[in-house]
Amino acid sequence: MTIQTPNGFTLDNSGKRVVVDPVTRIEGHLRVEVNLDGDNVIRNAVSTGTMWRGIEVILKGRDPRDAWAFTERICGVCTGTHALTSVRAVEDALAIKIPENANSIRNLMQLTLQAHDHLVHFYHLHALDWVDVVSALKADPKATSALAQSISPWPLSSPGYFKDIQGRLTRFVESGQLGPFKNGYWGNPAYKLPPEANLMAVAHYLEALDFQKEIVKIHTIYGGKNPHPNWLVGGVPCAINVDGVGAVGAVNMERLNYVSSIIDQTNDFINQVYIPDLMAIASFYKDWLYGGGLSSKCVMSYGDIPEHANDYSEKSLKLPRGAIINGNLSEVLPIDLRNPDEIQEFVVHSWYKYPDETKGLHPWDGVTEPNFVLGPNTKGTRTNIEQLDEAAKYSFIKAPRWKGNAMEVGPLARWVIGYAQGKPEFKEPVQKVLTDLGLPVTALFSTLGRTAARGLEAQWAGAQMRYFQDKLMANIKAGDSSTANVDKWRPETWPRETKGVGFTEAPRGALGHWIRIKDGKIDNYQAVVPTTWNGSPRDPKGNIGAFEASLMNTPMAVPDQPLEIIRTLHSFDPCLACSTHVMSPDGQEMAKVEVR
Amino acid sequence: MAAAETFYDVIRRQGITRRSFTKFCSLTAASLGLGAGGAAQIAHALETKPRVPVIWMHGLECTCCSESFIRSAHPLAKDVILSMISLDYDDTIMAAAGHQADAILKETREKYAGHYILAVEGNPPLNEDGMYCIDGGRPFVEKLKEMAAGAQAVIAWGACASWGCVQAAKPNPTHAVPIDKVILDKPIIKVPGCPPIAEVMTGVVSYILTFGQLPALDRQGRPQMFYSQRIHDKCYRRPHFDAGQFVETWDDEGARKGYCLYKMGCKGPTTYNACSTVRWNNGVSFPIQSGHGCIGCSEDGFWDQGSFYDRLTTINQFGIEQNADIVGGAAAAIIAGAVAIHAGVTAVRATIKNAEKTGA
Repeated sequence: MTIQTPNGFTLDNSGKRVVVDPVTRIEGHLRVEVNLDGDNVIRNAVSTGTMWRGIEVILKGRDPRDAWAFTERICGVCTGTHALTSVRAVEDALAIKIPENANSIRNLMQLTLQAHDHLVHFYHLHALDWVDVVSALKADPKATSALAQSISPWPLSSPGYFKDIQGRLTRFVESGQLGPFKNGYWGNPAYKLPPEANLMAVAHYLEALDFQKEIVKIHTIYGGKNPHPNWLVGGVPCAINVDGVGAVGAVNMERLNYVSSIIDQTNDFINQVYIPDLMAIASFYKDWLYGGGLSSKCVMSYGDIPEHANDYSEKSLKLPRGAIINGNLSEVLPIDLRNPDEIQEFVVHSWYKYPDETKGLHPWDGVTEPNFVLGPNTKGTRTNIEQLDEAAKYSFIKAPRWKGNAMEVGPLARWVIGYAQGKPEFKEPVQKVLTDLGLPVTALFSTLGRTAARGLEAQWAGAQMRYFQDKLMANIKAGDSSTANVDKWRPETWPRETKGVGFTEAPRGALGHWIRIKDGKIDNYQAVVPTTWNGSPRDPKGNIGAFEASLMNTPMAVPDQPLEIIRTLHSFDPCLACSTHVMSPDGQEMAKVEVR
Repeated sequence: MAAAETFYDVIRRQGITRRSFTKFCSLTAASLGLGAGGAAQIAHALETKPRVPVIWMHGLECTCCSESFIRSAHPLAKDVILSMISLDYDDTIMAAAGHQADAILKETREKYAGHYILAVEGNPPLNEDGMYCIDGGRPFVEKLKEMAAGAQAVIAWGACASWGCVQAAKPNPTHAVPIDKVILDKPIIKVPGCPPIAEVMTGVVSYILTFGQLPALDRQGRPQMFYSQRIHDKCYRRPHFDAGQFVETWDDEGARKGYCLYKMGCKGPTTYNACSTVRWNNGVSFPIQSGHGCIGCSEDGFWDQGSFYDRLTTINQFGIEQNADIVGGAAAAIIAGAVAIHAGVTAVRATIKNAEKTGA
């Protein structure tokens, strides 16, 4: 059967069905089903979030000052971004103003996450979609060294170095125990790199694994640990004392130097390893420009990284804010997270129940009652699903829409919006990548474009880390060492009833938390997260979500090996623990679920 | 190169004698209920079959445990994965997906029955027939039980697998349970924390491989080498507690001098973990050092013990230490008081828990 979706895709589910479950190298649990035509081209795509944790249900009745810790545990990969979103939501509700230093330190924490998360994503979650590990065994270490030295001044690049890595890899493969590389798609014709590029990438996979643990030490210094550093409503928990009595117990000169040194190392690694690798790999895949999906049509970003404390206006935000619809790059539309008619969530294809499922609900008024039911055309059983029925409910992810549009969020969305706004800090790096690769701007709307935008963003984040650390130092030098505003710390100082919204740009895209506070406790809490947008199922009008759209019309080299499918899905950096948790304003309904 | 070494090679290189190795094989055979030839079979397997296969499964969780694991500085996560164990299945980093991934589970059950370690991150929800966590179209809990059946031992990573953690906080809408509620017949090593410290995680793994035995566990199933003392017992801010020097509000004079965070709700006095000694991210810091109290994330049910900013118990302010001369005479009384408080808060906490269990 062929269906035309309102957002411009032709779905045909008559061909061979291929199921990928679990989708690995992501956070959480995701399933994807596609239909292939006679030429092994994807003509229908179904993306399913397969977990539900109910964290906002659990938040009801708790102290709003604790919410950051609960919501932080929504995701340990994008650790901290939910916590930041949460403290911003509470501060918005209670009209709390944070000190300038707290803003700089929060930005540093968030940028550290961006840099770390993008790096780990590229090497450890995504690289094996482009890099054939087994092919690296055939590489000539000398030629690998020449390749590495031609693209980067990074010092670990001698023939001996690559020979050692290759030797270790050879012994590893010959042991017959391939560990995480077991049953990979090695030798699949969709791999395009020469052996030398594969060996270089494997070496950097290992180096990045060693290095990533250094970046997060910035979280450890300002937040005490990583993953899951500590946050505070009203500011940051780390006090600053540069040269007074007891300075060793606070953020002091040694700590500030430590952060500064990590920032330098991070920038070196991104600029000398990540970006050159990205460009080298991209140069071999520039003919593989599938996976654009919604990116050329509808993208959105809430914006983040405020230059000034407490100023969340578009002007203050260093990451762009706005929405593009219908592919009209000449107009970036303003967005309002408080407007009940803009962001709405639908559940007609989600495993939840609404009184009227033709309508969407704004997060402040969201209803969530889990409703795990399978459609009549499901194959298999309720607890052994062979094939889902996408005409019915088929995912634990809701379908959020902006003014009725399915949107893509994430690094590519941010960079497309920055590009469309003509901001030089976004437009120029994009233009340079396209020029270096000899590609037109339309090439941006692809799996490769998404992966490239993430790399550019890591580079941008590294530079901004330096900026905010310097800004922090300058402010301390000017005599301001304040890090927290405690005027409204005590619940007695709060209004009886209030509501707020906080937002960030998580590594994976636009993230919003909506909170209602009543009598000092959380009355309602709702998070709409990046992977809810990207992994969304169909809506009542039949619009497909970003994951589904991105898989459409992609040819598969070997239908039994889902390499192209996971390559494109990974380009979004899916986070399923984030996407599949929603809250009923009436927690009692949840209690009923428990005793059933 | 270690990659080509067998398990036997590795432990011999680490100084384990042949005799200890044989004893380990016998004990393992006995614990698995294998017959007379069992020990020899295991010994043969470990001598000829290289690195111990590890199957790392994910239930309801946030992946913070995996993220923590890769932060390990000694040993490096890279060396654990390439040289110490054979991480044959881990959804988060494995190359294979879908049925190629699933096939590894089947192969491991058949080829390495009784010889692999099952590491579990997250936990199974039981409501909706387990379908709040679906893996390969089936309830995660079923796959978990299948893989546990053939495992030699089970590691429960983090607060989720050990206690239930955030999704099991009240009202626990999915009925998420710690793994020892569904795996009943295997030794389970609980490595709690949200997440556990990286070097504690790799420390537990390397202990098992190096000494060929499971670490000594406390009554709650935690390795006593890392979890037998409270954070407060070895906190570097402890002298300020004893001296009655507290942070009274965020960013006050006390905060800038690094005073004790007890009054800001620090749960260090009731939390058993290695944060104040091993510290985090290769010893850089830990929550208290960076100015926020401990939230007690390695303790059972820590989400349901009131606000993270509630003081553990109401106590009278100690005498403020002005200088050593003034404090001198009162020191003995202060120390006695501090000891009593420790006993007190622990007892209060235990009472709360018992009451909850009775209520549930």
